[in-house]
Amino acid sequence: MTKDGALPKGFERPTVSASPNDSSVQEKYEEVKSSSKTITLRISKFNPEKDLRTAFHAFTVPYQRWTTVLDAILEVKSHQDHSIGVRYSCRQATCGSCGMIINGKPRLACFTKISELDSDVVTVEPMNNFPLIRDLAVGFERMFSTHKRIKPYVIREDSETNPGTKEFLQSPEDVEKYIQFASCIKCGLCNSACPTMTTDSTFIGPQGLAQAYRYVADNRDQGKDERLRIIDEPHGIWRCHFAGSCSQVCPKGVDPAMGIQLLRGYLLGYRK
Amino acid sequence: MDKDRKEGIKGMANPGRYGIERVAYWLMRITGLGLLFYFIGHIYETSSLLDGKAAWDSMLELTQTTEGHIFLALVIGMCVFHTGNGIRLMVAQAGFGFGKARRPDYPYTPSSLNMKNKLCIYVSIGLAALAMMYGLSVMFHV
Ligand code: HEM
Ligand code: SF4
Ligand code: FES
Repeated sequence: MTKDGALPKGFERPTVSASPNDSSVQEKYEEVKSSSKTITLRISKFNPEKDLRTAFHAFTVPYQRWTTVLDAILEVKSHQDHSIGVRYSCRQATCGSCGMIINGKPRLACFTKISELDSDVVTVEPMNNFPLIRDLAVGFERMFSTHKRIKPYVIREDSETNPGTKEFLQSPEDVEKYIQFASCIKCGLCNSACPTMTTDSTFIGPQGLAQAYRYVADNRDQGKDERLRIIDEPHGIWRCHFAGSCSQVCPKGVDPAMGIQLLRGYLLGYRK
Repeated sequence: MDKDRKEGIKGMANPGRYGIERVAYWLMRITGLGLLFYFIGHIYETSSLLDGKAAWDSMLELTQTTEGHIFLALVIGMCVFHTGNGIRLMVAQAGFGFGKARRPDYPYTPSSLNMKNKLCIYVSIGLAALAMMYGLSVMFHV
């Protein structure tokens, strides 16, 4: 907001002072719609139960500066092709459902604005290295079960819920050590970008390994040895080659590549 | 690919899309494999010594051609990059050089892709190029 309360240039909303039935509202809507630019949205369509191979369907979609790729897909789904399979929920980079390949890179559709892509053609495909459900939606069963395998919870002999036990206190410095890794929304973008995952689907993957670090670095946790044993296996941590692509694409600043190398420090005995 | 969306070798061997760190990953693999093949060839080459001086000399002749010089220059480049980047990886993969984990703030800048690492990659590539040029200048007597 500027000092006089007006919205900054480019962010002004169309002012409409009329009842919803007023035809001028519709006119205003049409005016805004026609004044916006358009892109060609190419959507990958493939139904494993019916189709033999992927086909790209192209749609012309109007967009504003703030239109996200998810908005554009939903615009097409509402008005042009109802059959598009897409998963989303929060629309605010929190639920981790809308990961897909956008113009060649894994990104969250709700967190990627059309305008930032700087391209007249936006191509959306399902994430790589995940089994396809339909069109843009992929299955997360394996990632979630791998996530569970690394025991993503604080392991302790005593429990805060036992009568007479106080809550486990942490200093802000203690929290700082793992909070970065606790931001993970399980969107799977990192697993989709990882070069090891391209050929090894049994690799724990950056998502699971970063979460193993999140709990190992938590000073309330006593399950470090157990977790290190789980990740120290042929398809575990040593299959990471530190290509950094996971951290390149993570939309939450988790930096899985860093978590993995710090975790290795424990296994190699440089960290206690 | 269609149903399981696994990128396979093609995705693994594609150095584009994810910045210089992914390029370094690709170069490390290529140069590692290149050096492995060179090493095997090198054992074969040096074992010709067992067949006497003439056999050894004729083996050496193989690299005394323009193609041979270019091949040796490539081996020099592979050695230098692989060693330089290998040292970076050994340090980083032991968990050193990242600073402290901290609460991420938008726009996120991952510590694992920090300037130290990028610089080491560029220096490894630069040194490899210099070493190759030096090798070529010696071999071609320029
Ligand atoms: C001082 C010299 C060397 C250093 C510091 C070094 C270091 C390394 C490191 C750290 C890796 C692991 C890379 C990763 O995690 O992706 C590696 C991979 C490898 N190195 Fe070396 N290396 C050296 C010399 C050699 C030589 C002489 C050969 C060949 C005989 C060789 C062949 C390989 C191969 C085949 C790989 C596997 C490549 C991959 O899977 O990406 N290295 N090296
Ligand atoms: S680490 Fe980042 S990219 Fe990977 S699942 Fe978590 S939020 Fe997504
Ligand atoms: S819809 Fe929830 S992360 Fe995009």
